[in-house]
Amino acid sequence: MTRPTWISSAQALAALLAGSIFGLGLSMSGMLDPVRVRGFLDVAGDWDPSLAFVLGGAVAVAFVGMFLRRHLRRPALDTAFHLPATAPVDTRLILGSAIFGIGWGMAGLCPGPALAALSLGLAPVMLFITAMLAGMTIHDRMAAPHPGGSRP
Amino acid sequence: MIAYWPSLIGGMLIGLSAALLLLLNGRVAGISGILGRLTQGSQVPTNAAFVVGLMIGPSLYRLVSGAWPAVTIPASLPVVVMAGLLVGFGSRMGSGCTSGHGVVGLARLSPRSLAAVATFLTTGIVTVTLMRLAVP
Repeated sequence: MTRPTWISSAQALAALLAGSIFGLGLSMSGMLDPVRVRGFLDVAGDWDPSLAFVLGGAVAVAFVGMFLRRHLRRPALDTAFHLPATAPVDTRLILGSAIFGIGWGMAGLCPGPALAALSLGLAPVMLFITAMLAGMTIHDRMAAPHPGGSRP
Repeated sequence: MIAYWPSLIGGMLIGLSAALLLLLNGRVAGISGILGRLTQGSQVPTNAAFVVGLMIGPSLYRLVSGAWPAVTIPASLPVVVMAGLLVGFGSRMGSGCTSGHGVVGLARLSPRSLAAVATFLTTGIVTVTLMRLAVP
């Protein structure tokens, strides 16, 4: 992997920009607040539909990005797109997503909002992140199908 | 509807971030994937930069709006720990979370992501409902 240094720096800058916009969007959307996330999942109770607007807006704009990608041979700052290959729906995907959903419902936190909320210095968020990293490590040590795992 | 404008615009910013990361770096904006690769020591500068940006987000919001975003965690600490373990384990086993499957995967019309989102929404709804019934 030898590539000019400026490319690596430009990629890091692009990632910093994308991360900042993601964090700003999360903060604005209300998804940083576990009470509202759980309110969205509480469809049989006092339902808060706002997260449907978050997801709808996010997918709509991301869809434009995916559409533009089809007309590009490579991304602006790399030699190729790094997208997961299409694979069939399998037991690991469903079981893993089911386990994820239980944890998401319990505390109202998922990886993105938890990382963004870390900057607010709340002890429960720090505890959640530590437990989440432990959960990832437990999976990779004991339940990974092959070293490295896979992506969506 | 007015009450949902911040959610819609916030969501669109999340989508813009995912589009930028794809078109500039060719990468999927999946937080569990980015965090996983970071902890495994893969492409550290880029993945670390994204996470730093994510943590800057609330400060940018404060610059724009004048207030910190609300974060209220009513769950007890043992529940928070259990939830964190399940979210970490499940996101690795299911190859993604709300961002990778929920935003990028759905925008790519990926059948795997559609199945993942339907599954974690269902178990999330069941979990919240059961917890409300158990502790009203």
